[in-house]
Amino acid sequence: MTASDVRPLSRRDWLLSDRPASRMQARLGRAYVAWRRFSANRLAFLGLLIIIALLVVAAFADVLAPYSPTIGDLKNARLLAPSAAHWFGTDDLGRDIYSRILFGSRWTLYVVILVAIIAAPIGLLVGTVAGYAGGWTDAILMRITDIFLAFPKLILALAFVAALGPGIENAVLAIAITSWPPYARIARAETMTVRNSDYIKAVQLMGASPFRIVLRHIMPLCISSLIIRVTLDMAGIILTAAGLGFLGLGAQPPLPEWGTMIASGRRFVLDQWWVAGAPGFAILIVSLGFNLLGDGLRDALDPRSGDQ
Amino acid sequence: MTPAISIDGLEVVFDRFRALKGVSLEVKSGESYGLVGESGSGKSTLLKAIAGLVPVKSGTITVNGKTLGARRDKAFYREVQMVFQDPYGSLHPRQTVDRLLQEPLAIHGFADGEKRIQQALDEVGLGNGFRFRYAHQLSGGQRQRVAIARALILEPSMLLLDEPTSALDASVQAEVLNLLEEVRRRRQLTFLMVSHDLAIITHMCERLMVMQNGEAVENLTAGQLIGHRVEKDYTRNLLRASEGFVRTA
Repeated sequence: MTASDVRPLSRRDWLLSDRPASRMQARLGRAYVAWRRFSANRLAFLGLLIIIALLVVAAFADVLAPYSPTIGDLKNARLLAPSAAHWFGTDDLGRDIYSRILFGSRWTLYVVILVAIIAAPIGLLVGTVAGYAGGWTDAILMRITDIFLAFPKLILALAFVAALGPGIENAVLAIAITSWPPYARIARAETMTVRNSDYIKAVQLMGASPFRIVLRHIMPLCISSLIIRVTLDMAGIILTAAGLGFLGLGAQPPLPEWGTMIASGRRFVLDQWWVAGAPGFAILIVSLGFNLLGDGLRDALDPRSGDQ
Repeated sequence: MTPAISIDGLEVVFDRFRALKGVSLEVKSGESYGLVGESGSGKSTLLKAIAGLVPVKSGTITVNGKTLGARRDKAFYREVQMVFQDPYGSLHPRQTVDRLLQEPLAIHGFADGEKRIQQALDEVGLGNGFRFRYAHQLSGGQRQRVAIARALILEPSMLLLDEPTSALDASVQAEVLNLLEEVRRRRQLTFLMVSHDLAIITHMCERLMVMQNGEAVENLTAGQLIGHRVEKDYTRNLLRASEGFVRTA
């Protein structure tokens, strides 16, 4: 071992130390172990890269896009095939599809993040409370969950959007309302497996309130499986949002939302395939990215994998 | 002097199975009391009933002169703490030792947490090096020490010990038992200890109760057990069984 190896190695040792000296070191060490397991998985890493690329594109769409996403050149640039000037061609209103896809990434992220922020906590709360309380509370909460699960997702979202009015905010709400039940199921199942364990009894014996036990001792155990499930669902969320957009009930023109773009390209799909094809491809790539990332997280965060 | 625990006609029923059939018991303050019996005799259930972890059908439990209702209040948990049998299952898998010990202090609103955690770890013979470890980074004996530290950190007057060493190997068993002896002497704790190992009970306890099928068979002193001055056949069988075990070992 040469002298130049010593420093990076010592940092690694510090992270992997089995007797951490501070709260911070213990936490970082854990994160590092998870990260090592995650980054050893090449496909998962690819997924992460795709998602990071999506974030970068969304953040810098203004700079990266060569044209306006909403104002086209109707006179000279209608339905042009992909070329050096317009990488993904132009649509029927003469707008550059490449620019629209770059700006569309913002709406995709907006939908995905908002749905995750709304649906995951609802599912987590309903599931853990139902699982921990048991009895009547459990029965009532889970029957409500069952009712939501009994509807096909897109149809229920359609009904909600029809009631609330079309628009991307309402599409987000509708998707969130339809996507929490599986999270509740997962959280409940996890809660049931730990609620009778000795470490939960030990906390009960300290006089902790049920609220505290659920919030501080049970929820942290459910969170990793929930994160995995939400990440795997993100592809589905994007597709549902795109589906709503396609049906004209999601984002409204001229918003460059990918589903809406496919809908408007439908009329030319045989002769000008790129109008619908390019946003379709973008959805494919991003969905794939989320799926790969979710799979990798499952391997990295799985609570049942031994030494966690 | 009021007894530390006095139990009268305690009945615990799971669905339709009578786990405890009217058991009565009295433990003096500062005493170490043992419960022995085979698996399923109801000795652990008795501990759990005192701790409030299983619902009581009838009978009364009085701790330090206060008769307990169906719900235990916070003051009760400052008096009575429990150490579980399986040290691999009694520590939260996602919390460091530090977090584990902080939790009871936070619940009961202690301000000097830092000092108490240090003290508790020192008391059970774990230095500061263990403070930020997770349970999976500890051996079985170390885990049980953490569990004991967690039980002691609220400064209870009584510990309920549910076979605290049966999941540990022999040398570690001795260490943990010595540790328990030591803290009992230092803090003048009352122990109510469940075990199926007669040797441990005679070593640790002054008096004991033999249980079978949810009923008390007989009450003995440790001396009576050692001298085989027992009256019931069941206890005699139990003694013979434990000797047989020694011979094959």
